[in-house]
Amino acid sequence: MNYSWDWGLLFRSPHIDWLIEGFRNTVVMAVLAWFIAMSLGSLIGVMRTLDNPVAKRVGTIYVEIFRNIPLLAQLFLWYYVIPELLPAAAQKFVKRDMADPQFWTSVVGLGCYTAARVAEQVRSGIQSIPRGQRAAALAMGFSTAQVYRYVLLPIGFRTVIPSLTNDFLGVFKNSSLALTLGVMELTAAARQIEEYTFHSFEPFAAATVLYSCVTLLVITLMRVIERRTRIAGSVGSGR
Amino acid sequence: MGFDWNVIVNNRGLLFQGLMVSFQLTLVAIVGGMALGTVLAMCRLSRFRVLAVAAGFYVNFLRSLPLILVIFWFYILTPQIVGHPIDAYSSVLIAFTLFEAAYYCEIIRAGIASVKAGQVNAGLALGFGRWHVMRYVVLPQAFRNMLPVLLTQAIIMFQDTSIVYVVGVRDFLTTADVVANSNNRPVELYSVVAVTFLVICFTASRLVGRLQRKYAL
Amino acid sequence: MIEVTNVSKWYQQFQVLDDCSLTIRKGEVIVICGPSGSGKSTLIKCMNGLEPFQKGEIKVDGVSVGAKGTNLPRLRSRIGMVFQNFELFPHMTVRRNIALPQVKILGRTRDEADARAVKLLERMGLPAQADKFPAQLSGGQQQRVAIARALAMDPVAMLFDEPTSALDPEMINEVLDVMVALAQDGMTMAVVTHEMGFARRVADRVVFMDQGMIVEDATKEAFFGTPRSERAQLFLSKILQH
Repeated sequence: MNYSWDWGLLFRSPHIDWLIEGFRNTVVMAVLAWFIAMSLGSLIGVMRTLDNPVAKRVGTIYVEIFRNIPLLAQLFLWYYVIPELLPAAAQKFVKRDMADPQFWTSVVGLGCYTAARVAEQVRSGIQSIPRGQRAAALAMGFSTAQVYRYVLLPIGFRTVIPSLTNDFLGVFKNSSLALTLGVMELTAAARQIEEYTFHSFEPFAAATVLYSCVTLLVITLMRVIERRTRIAGSVGSGR
Repeated sequence: MGFDWNVIVNNRGLLFQGLMVSFQLTLVAIVGGMALGTVLAMCRLSRFRVLAVAAGFYVNFLRSLPLILVIFWFYILTPQIVGHPIDAYSSVLIAFTLFEAAYYCEIIRAGIASVKAGQVNAGLALGFGRWHVMRYVVLPQAFRNMLPVLLTQAIIMFQDTSIVYVVGVRDFLTTADVVANSNNRPVELYSVVAVTFLVICFTASRLVGRLQRKYAL
Repeated sequence: MIEVTNVSKWYQQFQVLDDCSLTIRKGEVIVICGPSGSGKSTLIKCMNGLEPFQKGEIKVDGVSVGAKGTNLPRLRSRIGMVFQNFELFPHMTVRRNIALPQVKILGRTRDEADARAVKLLERMGLPAQADKFPAQLSGGQQQRVAIARALAMDPVAMLFDEPTSALDPEMINEVLDVMVALAQDGMTMAVVTHEMGFARRVADRVVFMDQGMIVEDATKEAFFGTPRSERAQLFLSKILQH
């Protein structure tokens, strides 16, 4: 194979700027989408554990819809289809006045998609708590909201921290799909450098290293958080 | 603004073909990914440290990357490595197999780990050798425990095949995209894609749920 | 039959067995008791090589358990073991649980193995349960099936690791009855248990362990009459209080 290596090209302008911009967009999108996913997902997850049949139903329908359509198709729906279905005024805003529509569409799409996954984690976390805990809390006179606030959610969230870490890394990696809408994220930046320089190894290697490093960092960080929040005597706590 | 669903009817043949490509990709990736994933899992559980560490590195490394990036790697680099151009479809097959193997490896490993140590002891105490314990005691239980996860992973993978859009392989979504652009009917086509996936994946995951209840130990 | 000589075992720094010696002769029934964490379960698991040990020697029927060249599967197939949590294989029917090891290890035919299984199930008082799965049985029934599975291998000795600890009180006796019958038939047995009634009825000797050491090894009359060690006295007073 003959290939002339030129790692220096990564650090030359404008390539380095593209990489930085791409990396920043990837991280910012992931964080914003995660914020949506956690808030919406917790709500939906809790709804699925309530006794109220309507709340349960709504939660289930949300999860099934967002879990069973590919993320890429969802992004296309948000970007090409939903605006067409909006009333005229809203349509005008989305199509003309909104700044950076590709970016924000991606954030919302990623967030809603991931919310379904978070909801499932939250639900399974809550359902893994022995029923006696709920009964004990109710017996002390807590309202349903208080039972969740003080008993079920604190225990439930702790048990699903490892799975939630996975879901966060999922958002981080999935944000690469935003390139199909034209967002200049990390993978797109690598592609662009490749197209301009005809060098493919270096930019893709750079993107690969960046993705791996962030993943490693997040996993390490979450291990620390997990250890700090562990409940003494529960499964997996130290010997 | 009006909808025109005729565009779907007129292009049903093309769309169906695209859907078949998606199924085909899924099937090949399941078979290839599971075969390689089983080998990787055995390596990770092996007593040879070098093998275990190498397999662990492979799995964790690939799992830290977006599928899209892996697809690009193989799309752009395979021709450079083999020295002649290869078609996008083959490069995608390679990428999927190698990528999914990392996920299947972890599922299989977790399945084996889910069998309690007491079961292994009981097998050994009866006089079974290590291989027999694996064959008659651990693997049947592990497989039952991981079956739902394996099938769920297959459903996720079916959805993931839509990502081949980025290299232009004519799967279901890409075909719909092509039809949408040539007829200027994105709303109808993307809606149909979404609904089709929804129906297929929802039905499949319901079946998996039923299977899980039936075969739970 | 089973000779344990100066066995010591460590988990990293922590010593779980400290210079244990014990002889079980053919036809003898030994009850091993002691507070939790005293090493009694570990000791019994060393006897068929499920737990490795670092010092000393264990011989079963003249074969050294810890030696390098020993065919452990062969040795284990000749000693039956019954576990605290039964450990029946949940994906097999009761009949297959009992038959499979006979076929795969002893080389019996399927029919022979099945016939043996049915016979043993009758002896255990479970004639109608052969085609059920373990999860469909009560704990007491499961443990009796586990005993049948071990007996099907025609063992020269049986090891019991707290066989009744995971059972509801009303099921303990149905398992103990089976064990008493087995002892009266002359089976060589080592039983880790807190059931002192069982010890009184059939044990030849009682071994008391504490902190990894064998503190007392006495005939049951001596043990229950006048235990020599203070720790054994304390232990007995605690568990016989009610």
